[in-house]
Amino acid sequence: MILASQGELDFLALECLAERTIALAQLRKLADPAGGFDPLLETRMSALLPLALRHGFRIVTNMGAANPLGAGRKVISLAKSLGLRVKVAVLSGDDVLSLLEPGMRTIEARGAPLSEYGALVSANAYFGAEEILPALATGAHVVITGRVADPSLFVAPVAYAFKWQMNDWQRLGRATAIGHLLECAGQVTGGYFAEPGLKDIPNLAQLGFPWCDVDADGNGALGKVAGTGGALTLRTAKEQLLYEVTDPGGYITPDVVADFTTVRLRETAPDRVAVTEGSGRARTGTYKVSVGYRAGFVGEGEISYAGAKALERATLGGEIVRERLREDISDIRIDLIGVGSAHGSDFGHPQPPYEVRLRVAARTPTRELAERVGAEVEALWINGPAGGGGVRRFAQERIGVVSLLLERGRVRPKVTLLEEDRETQAA
Amino acid sequence: MKRIVKRKLHELAHARAGDKGDTLTLALFAYRDEDYALLRSQVTAQAVKRHLGHIVQGEVRRFEVPNLHALQFVCERALDTGVTTSLRIDPHGKALSYALLEMQIET
Repeated sequence: MILASQGELDFLALECLAERTIALAQLRKLADPAGGFDPLLETRMSALLPLALRHGFRIVTNMGAANPLGAGRKVISLAKSLGLRVKVAVLSGDDVLSLLEPGMRTIEARGAPLSEYGALVSANAYFGAEEILPALATGAHVVITGRVADPSLFVAPVAYAFKWQMNDWQRLGRATAIGHLLECAGQVTGGYFAEPGLKDIPNLAQLGFPWCDVDADGNGALGKVAGTGGALTLRTAKEQLLYEVTDPGGYITPDVVADFTTVRLRETAPDRVAVTEGSGRARTGTYKVSVGYRAGFVGEGEISYAGAKALERATLGGEIVRERLREDISDIRIDLIGVGSAHGSDFGHPQPPYEVRLRVAARTPTRELAERVGAEVEALWINGPAGGGGVRRFAQERIGVVSLLLERGRVRPKVTLLEEDRETQAA
Repeated sequence: MKRIVKRKLHELAHARAGDKGDTLTLALFAYRDEDYALLRSQVTAQAVKRHLGHIVQGEVRRFEVPNLHALQFVCERALDTGVTTSLRIDPHGKALSYALLEMQIET
């Protein structure tokens, strides 16, 4: 909100979809055909629409998730209730579930065909900046998309504003580096970074989100609003540039294959980092498609032990639960939280912990079995080791995600312009 | 005679973990640019595989990113099938940056 009101923005991008989010949204759409977009859409747009109109910035977001058209209609009705007139451009066509065939190979390590996975619930192609451009060209105040590559939400407004050719690989590569730095918002301004002492970050509770001034060549300067918390430094920017990057010299998006090994980062002033000299080469001929499938259930239970022999009692509790579930559940994991549960080891730190939390988790084919995992941990209250307390239990269906590649020509992006009283196809 | 001192990576470097499916990325950055050469020579892909072998089932590849004084480790089959279906307490592997920083190197 501070960024929106004080950032002097031309465009505000909101990247809201993780890998699996769209599959979960697809399930919500099955339950309610008018739903399936981001559950925070109304809250965020209620706050942002008045600011966008007052300050003259345009919003680009993938909050459409599994139902971008539904999200667009929701924004129109929301604007009306706020007494605002807005135009919304919706990019759809990323839903490619109907194009999938059981024999298609995934690009995961084993390259297994889709038929080896559970029932498919969603398949969405990652669109890029090129598909967003016609939506921007409508002049809409808000552009809503479904699945779009995260950096493309940022590349599109820049490419649009400077009228770039969409085969200008150097500029697209540069803007992609900037988009990648911006896409996790607070992760470049000190979030996911702080360590007291060595890596101090001030006032994380009021973490400021980043903006970037981008020039016509795709070089830019990152900043954040003065007075906000966090910090934008060479170190925070370096960490974010490599975040989730599996090949720094060949970062593949729908727009370009970007090279981050040429990028130059420089601190030019407090909380200002220049991002220059990125590069890129020709994009691939395919869209990456994220496929959601039903992956069974997971059940979990946790219980705490503290004081004398806490570790021994937690270990005993785990053994009891394992034995109780042995006949029905094999895909089980026992963690002792406080003793190497997160790293799978304590790397030689030998101190016995004062308290330990036992955690049992298991993959199961049914919800009933998943519920039993937590139930057995809960039973430790009464039937397990001495002094166990604070039980929590969970059982959830899991939607797995795998990826595959689809020829660009097989997918048809579509742009619809929504106004208060009409809907027209724009592209 | 040259004296060899063992130090934890945590003293020399900072790190960030990321995930893509079942693949874990670990980016390692020298606090001081002059330590980058030391990281390059000591923190090899094989050394990381040895250090995190109980977590990383697959191959570890290392990319050098000299413009950032950084090394990027790409670890296959490292996240118990990946965030959506993992049984781990940290299914993204976000905490694993600090597992890398527990590694000891000779300086």
